Amino acid sequence: MHASACILPLALRDVCFSAGGRAIIDRVSVELAAGPSTIILGANGAGKSVLMRLMHGLLQPTSGEIAWSERDEARLRRMQAMVFQRPVMLRRSSLANITYALEIARVARSEREQIAVEALESVGLMPLAHRPARVLSGGEQQRLALARAWALHPEVLFLDEPTASLDPSATREIEMVIRAFDAAGTKIVMATHNLGQVRRLGDEVLFIHQGRLVECAPVARFFSHPASAEAAAFVKGELPW
Amino acid sequence: MDTILQAARGAFDLITSGDRTLAEIVLLSLKVSISAVVLATLLGLPLGAAIAVGRFPGKRAVVVLLNALMGLPPVVVGLVVYLLLSRAGPLGGMGLLFTPRAMVLAQAILVLPIIAALCRQAVEDAWIEYQEQLRSLGAVGFRAALTLVWDIRFSLLTAILAGLGRASAEVGAVMIVGGNIDGVTRVMTTTIALETSKGDLPLALSLGIVLIALVIALNAAAMYVKEAAQRRYG
Repeated sequence: MHASACILPLALRDVCFSAGGRAIIDRVSVELAAGPSTIILGANGAGKSVLMRLMHGLLQPTSGEIAWSERDEARLRRMQAMVFQRPVMLRRSSLANITYALEIARVARSEREQIAVEALESVGLMPLAHRPARVLSGGEQQRLALARAWALHPEVLFLDEPTASLDPSATREIEMVIRAFDAAGTKIVMATHNLGQVRRLGDEVLFIHQGRLVECAPVARFFSHPASAEAAAFVKGELPW
Repeated sequence: MDTILQAARGAFDLITSGDRTLAEIVLLSLKVSISAVVLATLLGLPLGAAIAVGRFPGKRAVVVLLNALMGLPPVVVGLVVYLLLSRAGPLGGMGLLFTPRAMVLAQAILVLPIIAALCRQAVEDAWIEYQEQLRSLGAVGFRAALTLVWDIRFSLLTAILAGLGRASAEVGAVMIVGGNIDGVTRVMTTTIALETSKGDLPLALSLGIVLIALVIALNAAAMYVKEAAQRRYG
């Protein structure tokens, strides 16, 4: 499946995004390489979600350039997946939600169910396979969203505050699944404002403040020696918002 | 009080005896209204969906207009269709005036905005919710539209039933374009109007009872479908 070259690295050059005359992302340049889990960290409204949507191609930059090493548009789409803060499930069974995604991704009909079942097993949702997806709890739906992403075998997985609306035990389960993705070689790009989660899941941090990329550092160094005043304040929990 | 009791007794007899005139009128009513709703659905669902997901100048004005048209006065629709179909009108050559087809046309025009507007609302709400997820999965264009419409099929069914309720209960449009001709274009509502003024209260009341039962049944069905779907699919 991964016969051809990896779609990474992803390079952003002077990317700006504005809406309604307001700059939401302001001249961000960064390169994401295969391997380390990247955490996009910042306060609410800092622009984390927008930056991630720009990377994933859901938004087009107002100016600047976003370039993957892969040029083929279809393959590029196929090799990324995204899990949103609030999972969006279709009105069908858990299993059917995954086979639907596989169908869109042009996986052969004969293989879909098998792959979907494996994905459900990997997040512990097999007992709920035939339950309508929308009646599952928030945590279960988020695990299903992860299973759906898992089934697609993406090279890059974007996660937009996947645990922001979940309780601690559901959060723990989600983090376990994310770690399994990471262990399987998937590039994790996750937005969060949760410092504990950064320590638990991250290798490198992109710290965003008011739409600007203020700092890009390995996790350990980010916490021990934040280079910017904003990051230092955020780490100490002093940043006003 | 006596008149009411008498009328009620007469109505009861008519309904329970399976009166032929009554049955024919009810049947024609259903035929006309269901045909009108089928027509309005075929046009209204794509129209509503297109307005919901389309981006074009003046969209807000179109939405306001569409919502306003839900309250279209039936007599005005009747008048306009009458003008179109009358001998001197642009469609006069088709000879449709005072036929059930003219009534279907008038009711379809009346119901079209209701189905289109309710569909627009449902599709737009779902589109806002699903848009990013579907694009992320790679479902775009017609594929995305199909997924969306299938996912909100129960809301759409409710819209269609609302249209059927409206069509079967209106009197102004069918009266004008149908002419209330005995045995040809006489439906429940026009018969009630006529028989009441003539003084044949039992027939009028029995039709009234059937009509109300029908409207209640339609609304109950709409609610049941929606609730069952909610339970089943969330």
